[in-house]
Amino acid sequence: MAEPLLQVHGLQAFYGESHILHGVEFEIRKGEVVTLLGRNGVGKTTTLKSVMGIVGHRTGSVKFEGQETVSLPSNRIARLGIAFCPEERGIFASLNVEENLTLPPAVKPGGMTVGEIFGLFPNLQERRRSQGTKLSGGEQQMLAIGRILRTGANLLLLDEPTEGLAPVIVQRIGEVLRQLKARGFTILLVEQNFRFAATVADRHYVMEDGRVIDHLTAAEVAGSIDKLNEYLGV
Amino acid sequence: MFELLGISPQALFGQLLIGLINGAFYAMLSLGLAVIFGLLNVINFAHGAQYMMGAFVAWFVLEYAGVPFWGALIVAPVAVAIFGVILEQVFIKRLYHLDHLYGLLLTFGFVLIIEGLFRYKFGSSGQPYDNPLPGGQNLGFMFLPNYRGFVVVASLVVCLGTWFMIEKTKLGSYLRAATENPTLVRAFGINVPRMVTLTYAFGVGLAAFAGVLAAPIYQVNPTMGSNLIIIVFAVVVIGGMGSIMGSIVTGFGLGVIEGLTKVFYPEASSTVIFVIMAIVLLIRPAGLFGTAK
Repeated sequence: MAEPLLQVHGLQAFYGESHILHGVEFEIRKGEVVTLLGRNGVGKTTTLKSVMGIVGHRTGSVKFEGQETVSLPSNRIARLGIAFCPEERGIFASLNVEENLTLPPAVKPGGMTVGEIFGLFPNLQERRRSQGTKLSGGEQQMLAIGRILRTGANLLLLDEPTEGLAPVIVQRIGEVLRQLKARGFTILLVEQNFRFAATVADRHYVMEDGRVIDHLTAAEVAGSIDKLNEYLGV
Repeated sequence: MFELLGISPQALFGQLLIGLINGAFYAMLSLGLAVIFGLLNVINFAHGAQYMMGAFVAWFVLEYAGVPFWGALIVAPVAVAIFGVILEQVFIKRLYHLDHLYGLLLTFGFVLIIEGLFRYKFGSSGQPYDNPLPGGQNLGFMFLPNYRGFVVVASLVVCLGTWFMIEKTKLGSYLRAATENPTLVRAFGINVPRMVTLTYAFGVGLAAFAGVLAAPIYQVNPTMGSNLIIIVFAVVVIGGMGSIMGSIVTGFGLGVIEGLTKVFYPEASSTVIFVIMAIVLLIRPAGLFGTAK
């Protein structure tokens, strides 16, 4: 079997005095869509940020395409081909839609063109001159996803892309993720919305207290609903 | 009309010109302060000292290397910007995670040291610097010295060029985005720490450029920056930190208002900017063009 695209081993992360991740283990193969599931505060977002290199301090091993990244700064990690879409979306108020979209520099050849991205999200094209933060929540989410497709990054880290959005927009984002998978993007998705995650992902890792405690393939989900409800229930 | 107001047109236009010249310096200095504060979160109190260093480098290279004013306009900003890079790398970057106050105190310390060294070496009486553009134009209603006209134009070009670079170019969009969210911009693959260093160097270079322009008008004096920087901080407070164009407009506008006050009520001319600052702080605490952070 080929080497995984992303291989995380014994990952620990700290914010100041707080120890958030206690040895996270998981891996993603090229072309997969994988989710991190779990309740609030179990370390899903911190795991994404640790892969991207934007937590205070981290140890362990995060290998991307075989290269160790755990001691690299985030700008170097991005240049290897990893792109991050934060939970709060991070749309810049002082930039218009088009400037937001073209802000991240190309890091590898083979990214989507602006035209292709507008094809995926036609609303953005109509509002290309608007201030980024004047868009609706759903449009901002599409902009946040759209802008990391241009760069040629092949691993996308998406933090709760459906949070707070209307069902019809959630559906649209699901379609987009399936199209991105078909184009060969590898996606690591953090989700609270398990029903949404089940429609797009190949595999799921379940997190609790800063560790990965279980792993399910899409085929195993149907038979494991009770177990999942226990993991994710409040 | 002038007779009705009891003032001569010469006095009015003369003070207007002085106001424009002062405004040109306020604009260039407040612009650099605003850009530095936006990205670095540091109130660069050393800005006035760096302006003074620009003037001194111009005087120094003329005196010891025969570099004329026009060469100094390039050499001095570059030299002082390199000095800024060293300050940023060795000291200032250690304070980014702390409150503004620490950066203010550190750079205030720089002022005391730099000014002290220059006063020790050169005394406080100042060095003369010859006018590179003697002569002037008779405009009919007033006499315009060539060099003063040049300062206003040069300052406008530099200010508008900076505005264009920040608001209309790709590099500027990185700067604006990093001012809002440096962590995310860095996670897109941009070397934000290097950008921070270069931004500080740019702001400092702008101050030194203003210092070179000032040398033929005000002479070269170790305390020339301290005299100016307090007014420039008032200009920044009035204009607010949010807008580049706001800094430029406020700088020139306040210079002109100060000049006009000298004509109509000279007693208030040295306080008018601070009165405006107090009023603006009461009505719009974030400044005329600022956005609340």
